[in-house]
Amino acid sequence: MTAPANRKRRKLLAAAASTVAAAPGLRLMEWAAAQSDAQPVTAATRWGLLIDTDKCAVDCDACVRACNDEHGLTGTGRPETDAQWIRKVTLTDEHSGRVTSLPVLCQHCEQPPCVDVCPTGASFRREDGVVLVDKHTCIGCRYCVIACPYQARSFVHENLTAQKPYSPRGKGTVEGCTLCVHRIDEERAPACVEVCNSGGGDDCGNGALLFGDLNDPQSAIARRLKSAPSRQLRADLDLNTGVRYENL
Amino acid sequence: MPAHFHQLKITAPEYRAALAVLLALAALGYAAAHYMDAGGHHITGMNNRVVWGIPHVFALALILAASGALNVASLSSVFGLDEYQPLAGLSALLAIVLLVGGLLVLVLDLGRPDRLIVALTHYNFKSVFAWNILLYTGFIALAVGYLYVLVEPGARRAGRVRAAGMLSLLWRLVLTSGSGAIFGFVVARPMYHAAVMAPLFIALSLALGGAAFQLVAAALARWHGDYLDESVLARQARLLAWFVAAVLLLTAIFHLTHGYAAERRAVERFILMRGGVYTALFWAQAGLGGALPLALLLAPAPGVRRLCAAAALVVLGGFAHLYVIIIGGQAFPLPIFPGKTVTGGFYDGEVAAYAPSLPEFLLGLGGVAAALLLLLAALRVLPFMPPPRRARQRG
Amino acid sequence: MSGGGFFAIPRIISAAIFAPVLAAVVSVNALADGPPKLPRGKGATCVEPLDVMRRNHMDFLNHERDLTVRGGIRGRKHSLVGCIACHAQRDGHGDFIRIDAPGQFCHACHEFTGVKMDCFECHAAVPDTSASHAAAPPFVPPRRGGYGGETRP
Repeated sequence: MTAPANRKRRKLLAAAASTVAAAPGLRLMEWAAAQSDAQPVTAATRWGLLIDTDKCAVDCDACVRACNDEHGLTGTGRPETDAQWIRKVTLTDEHSGRVTSLPVLCQHCEQPPCVDVCPTGASFRREDGVVLVDKHTCIGCRYCVIACPYQARSFVHENLTAQKPYSPRGKGTVEGCTLCVHRIDEERAPACVEVCNSGGGDDCGNGALLFGDLNDPQSAIARRLKSAPSRQLRADLDLNTGVRYENL
Repeated sequence: MPAHFHQLKITAPEYRAALAVLLALAALGYAAAHYMDAGGHHITGMNNRVVWGIPHVFALALILAASGALNVASLSSVFGLDEYQPLAGLSALLAIVLLVGGLLVLVLDLGRPDRLIVALTHYNFKSVFAWNILLYTGFIALAVGYLYVLVEPGARRAGRVRAAGMLSLLWRLVLTSGSGAIFGFVVARPMYHAAVMAPLFIALSLALGGAAFQLVAAALARWHGDYLDESVLARQARLLAWFVAAVLLLTAIFHLTHGYAAERRAVERFILMRGGVYTALFWAQAGLGGALPLALLLAPAPGVRRLCAAAALVVLGGFAHLYVIIIGGQAFPLPIFPGKTVTGGFYDGEVAAYAPSLPEFLLGLGGVAAALLLLLAALRVLPFMPPPRRARQRG
Repeated sequence: MSGGGFFAIPRIISAAIFAPVLAAVVSVNALADGPPKLPRGKGATCVEPLDVMRRNHMDFLNHERDLTVRGGIRGRKHSLVGCIACHAQRDGHGDFIRIDAPGQFCHACHEFTGVKMDCFECHAAVPDTSASHAAAPPFVPPRRGGYGGETRP
């Protein structure tokens, strides 16, 4: 079974599940039979993100706001301990003075140092390349925060109450960009990508973010990576990041 | 039970005072841990860039000191120095309690201390931290085994004391290398990623643990009756001098190799010149915690006072050294964009701020207090106190 | 729920000591008051027979959570989100009440049996009412070319 077909079926199951929730008992039998087909994600897909820094505007932080909204990351007025899954930075070349703007987030490495160092295996890499924290087994040692070369992880420093159902997070555990797996599993693009590619309103709609399957040679991201130069952050570490940058 | 071990007898009023202070500190540490756990880590000075703070400095210092506290046992049982034999039990006991104290701090600082059991049931074999969990538990088991053969009749003749001593000596060398590797294997941070971390931590542990043993042994000698021979004191001084010199040498190698590489020059400039509190602490530990105790120890005829003064300086220096490594290494910004000036984001490109809060400091101090309390309690019920000199001469 | 545990080992020890005492107290209470009255779910039946659910719900949840977190399999019948969607009650203003609030579905029974759960330290305790997720998520047909970046030249 090919990955897209697999994915489609899982999507349909999600829809079926919501029907059942609305009318439990009605279609339980068919649904129970169908769900035995649900397959876990496989390495046939590798999700990736290509960021064109030329299109990323210095004064735009729509991706950061979209992420905060999506995952319920609210500030407490203590920025040093607040969650920061994606952040905008401005770079000025020390010699030429060239200014670049770009978002930094979990780079979803193929060889993630956070996964290597995690004593309990809570930090893990999903088969489709998304690096996540299983908060059920995270003991809050923060070694992954130390080991991440991108400062992409946050530790939840205080009690939380208004979490989103699809994005559980809690005090004493470490978290980071999930590449919006809850959306990916439903065939939707991550929140930051969606907002960056939507025009009008407050959101800049610069179209700087391109999301897709790195393993599918026909995907827009794979074709773009093949045709134009791009780079990884800390390429010297040879982590094979899932997030790539253009014009950096 | 061999005649050369006693239980601790309380004879001095200072002992009761010390007990009261230790109890109060341990209780405060426990309360602080509870406060941190209930409110979350935002009440500490730690944040998302400096995620390991002063509790980790205390914990690492205690763990390294634990390994080094076993020096005396090794001298007696592995290197065959008989004058150390009466001290071997105290040495192993101190090693165990220091490690327990360090682990207590480490565990109570976890984000989810209630999930400690997860650390034992879910195990990632690639994690240096996970290796350390095995190394710590193994160390405690070996030290307990060593204590057992010390009082087991006939064990010495059968060679079991030497075997147990040798095994724990090798184990603690691996353990302290493992502690160094927690930092040395971190590829992301220019301050940490260095193989020299392993030998540096071994040397630090030998110095810290040797000094800690000297201080504890001298205090107990005041309360219990003097048992430290002149020959032991002189050898302690020489040994400690060697260990301090080793730390200084490895520190020099560490910073010279870093300073030679262009990519690491920035972090070296930070630690050695422009790092504010980290620079001050670095030179303080090198001078007051390194060169000065070295001079005190190498000067002729070091009495017990001078030896203890030097040991205290070594302990403080080791603590400051760990502070510079652990916290300084996090405070320096990650080199994500070499050749660029970074602004915006999450304090990108800026040195991270960290100032320990009272609760986290009390947690660390509570770990030290708990270790010493455990030691006193264990010495009251277990026969590992060296007998006073007078008793030995009479016997 | 209350904050995380204080210190695991003493708690384990104290649990070992106090569990029988607690059990005795609870059974006395049980005799006095009877089992708690749980708010009913929305539908006619639960996803499993009642006795199966009472005994095994934690195993279902644990199994499902691993499938979801590690394998990305979502929306199966034993999902925590499903439990909450069906069993959460509304207050007088029509707002949802946390399912772990006193007297509510999870709390009432867990209080009665004296079993601590820490699900809701992280998980939402009310159904999602935000516009984008209240209903089933809109189905976007997969584009072979990937998502996003379609506006690029």
